Amino acid sequence: MLTLAPDAASRKAGSKLAAPAPWSETGTGRDAVWGLCRGSGSTPYRTVVDLTGPASQCSCPSRKFPCKHALGLLLLWAQGPAGPDAVPRAEPPRWADDWLAGRRAKAESRGRATAEAAGRAADPEAARRRAERRARRVAAGATELEQRLADLLRGGLAGADQAGYTVWDETAARMVDAQAPGLASRVRELAGAAASGPGWPGRLLAECALLHLLCRGALRLAQLPAPLAATVRGHLGLTTEAAALLADPEAVVRDRWLVLGRAEAEDGRLTVRRFWLRGERTGREALLLSFGAAGRAPELALPVGRVLDAELAYHPAALPLRAALGHRHAEPDGGGTPRGVPVAEALAAYGRGLAADPWLEGWPAVLRDAVPLPGADGGPWHLADAAGPDALPLAATGRSALWRLAAVSGGGPVTVFGECGHRGFTPHTVWSEGEAIAL
Amino acid sequence: MDTDVTEPGATKTGADVTETGADANATETGAEADATDADGGWEELVTAALLGAERRTPPGGSPAAVLDRAAVATVRRRAGARPASPAERPAPAAADPRPALPAPAARRLALLLAGRAGAGQGGRRGTAPDLAELLPQWLAAANAHGYRAPAGQLPALLDAARARTDLRAEALAFAGPRALWLAGLNPEWRFALRGTAGVAAVPPDDARAVRELWEEGLFAERVALLTALRRQDADAARALLETTWSSERAEDRLLFLDTLRERPTARDEPFLERALADRSRTVRATAAELLSALPGSALAARMSARARACVHPDRTGAAAGVGLVVEAPYECDAAMQRDGVVAAPPSGRGERSWWFGQVVESAPLEDWPAHLGARDAARIVALPVSDGWRADLHAAWARAAVRQQDAAWARALLGSPRLPLAEGAADPARLLTVLPAGERAAWAAEFVAAHGLAEAFRLLGTCAVPWSGALGDAVIDALEIAREAGSYPWSFSGVMGLAERCLDPAQAERLRPLAAQADEPASGAPGSGGYWAEAFQRLASTLHVRAAMLTELADAAPAP
Repeated sequence: MLTLAPDAASRKAGSKLAAPAPWSETGTGRDAVWGLCRGSGSTPYRTVVDLTGPASQCSCPSRKFPCKHALGLLLLWAQGPAGPDAVPRAEPPRWADDWLAGRRAKAESRGRATAEAAGRAADPEAARRRAERRARRVAAGATELEQRLADLLRGGLAGADQAGYTVWDETAARMVDAQAPGLASRVRELAGAAASGPGWPGRLLAECALLHLLCRGALRLAQLPAPLAATVRGHLGLTTEAAALLADPEAVVRDRWLVLGRAEAEDGRLTVRRFWLRGERTGREALLLSFGAAGRAPELALPVGRVLDAELAYHPAALPLRAALGHRHAEPDGGGTPRGVPVAEALAAYGRGLAADPWLEGWPAVLRDAVPLPGADGGPWHLADAAGPDALPLAATGRSALWRLAAVSGGGPVTVFGECGHRGFTPHTVWSEGEAIAL
Repeated sequence: MDTDVTEPGATKTGADVTETGADANATETGAEADATDADGGWEELVTAALLGAERRTPPGGSPAAVLDRAAVATVRRRAGARPASPAERPAPAAADPRPALPAPAARRLALLLAGRAGAGQGGRRGTAPDLAELLPQWLAAANAHGYRAPAGQLPALLDAARARTDLRAEALAFAGPRALWLAGLNPEWRFALRGTAGVAAVPPDDARAVRELWEEGLFAERVALLTALRRQDADAARALLETTWSSERAEDRLLFLDTLRERPTARDEPFLERALADRSRTVRATAAELLSALPGSALAARMSARARACVHPDRTGAAAGVGLVVEAPYECDAAMQRDGVVAAPPSGRGERSWWFGQVVESAPLEDWPAHLGARDAARIVALPVSDGWRADLHAAWARAAVRQQDAAWARALLGSPRLPLAEGAADPARLLTVLPAGERAAWAAEFVAAHGLAEAFRLLGTCAVPWSGALGDAVIDALEIAREAGSYPWSFSGVMGLAERCLDPAQAERLRPLAAQADEPASGAPGSGGYWAEAFQRLASTLHVRAAMLTELADAAPAP
């Protein structure tokens, strides 16, 4: 339940509200929970949670989603510290019913809506003109960036580690103007590479080179083979709308998707939440992205370790991974430990991925029988095969994730999901006795 | 046994885009750049990039050519990464055979620990329970059931135990062997390895291992070893201590001596007598204190004689035949000082009263009835005392009753809970600890009923959790009276906090009408009605949470 919380503060506030005291007129029925929560104002907040989402609606001014009232109500309903009568079964009151009815009507018509969304592009001539205009802008941006990279190499990288972020931020802003958000976020990362400590020139050169490669790809899109062109478009940020992807019945894949892991990161002013899935039938991995603007938590919330019966549509790419989530057929259920591979195989899968997509930073991997090993002499921790000598260094792993992983393993073999990339392995989920623990 | 995962296909794709196609073998160890191998001239490219094309003509002749080549080399290096093979593999954690927590209890623990992280932020408390305050109770209950801690929560548990020493013992007992294993890997949790933890590995019957740990262990390990050994074999522990006694530092000697406090025996007396001649004053005082509480010790007999010389039945004065006269010592001689009497009084205290207090508190209480010609403690305490010595005498007796754990004397000195507390006399909270739990709660309940809550905080703190029905009723009544009187609830925040943790959850029903917003009394402080309703709501919801968390732990409890 708490994994639904957008951040630690909400989790805390929500768990504080999981007591019956502030609540009145609570009830549950028709797959929903509702109640009135007395806050600081004179009128209580009206909170409704649709359990089929889960989605929630609250009259409080909080811009977090779900807000603490919805979280508290869910916790109260789920655990009932005051006994089952804290949230009695009932028919929803008018104010809750209105929202629920509206929401479900919307969900039903979503199938139609996606079709309509595709239909909105009905004017093919106008759409083509829009696409051409954007392509020209992106090409201009790529040309300009090429020039800047060449200038950088002409003058030399020496001193770039002292230059700070401003110079890169300005270039990134130019790329945003050129409607190439993929180029903009890569430019911002150059600043990080330059400030990454000993060995930075190699890392900065590598990033510059891959950015250069991407610019070249952007300028030669028409000549590239179709799958590679799609990959380049994806990295440039020229993605197809989810609705359009899902409108193509051929592209939609229905499966029971195990939610392998979740991660959240800041990109500029956006919060990006990632969910990795693996289909039971197809055995394919998929990546769902959800964005939250300006401090708002992304809306998509899936329970790690559970299985989701749903339809997905992959974004076109030489190596399809990112997908759009379509219709969900049932509530998340089940779970269990996913099948894993040894370290060498995870690394090989990333290598194969690079063959299709040279910009690939990492590839999802489930390691089986992996043992976390503390780093020698303050070096990074490793994840090693229990039965062999192979190991990967842990990369981009926070304090709490690292120690939780170590605690769950206790020095013994565990199944771990994460991303295997050129920096090492970033763990996101560990399984213990069949139960998924998000790191 | 290196696994080669080089994938030349990557190079080909890079070439598709860049139209550059150099060929070389690339390796990268453990996904970390390694420049020593044949890497397609990577180092040369980095050097050229650092210098810049203006200063030296780069490989390929232009900046674009350098970037082309670097792109190919980067992709090749990444695709050719090989696994690392770290040499050292630490031993895994010891197995923990305890049963796992029931799922609802595990979720509760996560909530309590999450609540802890945000504790200490200012502001009004509102109506929500203070979850961090419930963690000690939860841990004690979980330990009583003998559950194993969920592994994923161990880091949070260790952090909690690090931040709060009052949690430490229960948290570490619950966290079990895997937490010690973790603590060995993370210097932030080193504290967990101190104390009894390191000793667990040494069986007390392994004389050589005990000896080795005693002589070479850290101070905390040695204290823990001595404590553990003392519980098993008191004489062996004392003998071990004596082997190194004279070479220990004074502050260490004091703490080692404290391990004898738990259950002193007559066989400890010779050792303690020798300690009366210790170089350190605090060690001497502690030895004297231990001896005075040791029934039949020579020091207790000496003190008894001194004390009896100071207090007599009154035969001549105003209360002849029914009272007591006190003749406090006129000097503190060397023998008294050797028996632990401190000669110099604290400032503001008369010398004779200071010496008198120390002598009486160290004398066995059982000697008084015969000496004073009265049958029992109650009658002796009721006797009038001449010349204003009553407070001194009673305070000293109270300290003796606590030290000797004498319930009859404690009961007599406490007197009726309905009487106001005497100024400067016995400390009732400490005396209460000597009484059996039921009697303690009854006394405190009557005290609260008679005097309200203003002075009740420490008394309530001594009572067993959960509070008895009568005590809980008395506290709730007193809170209600305080609200009627129009004071603000935060004047009672200490008692409120105690009540949240200690009231029997069964009392929640009684709180229901109080938690409703009440009309403010006309004389009341503005807004107090709302604050009281809020405080009672928090009290009620905390009781709900406590009831729920205990039920969760009791459900599906493993067979003992």
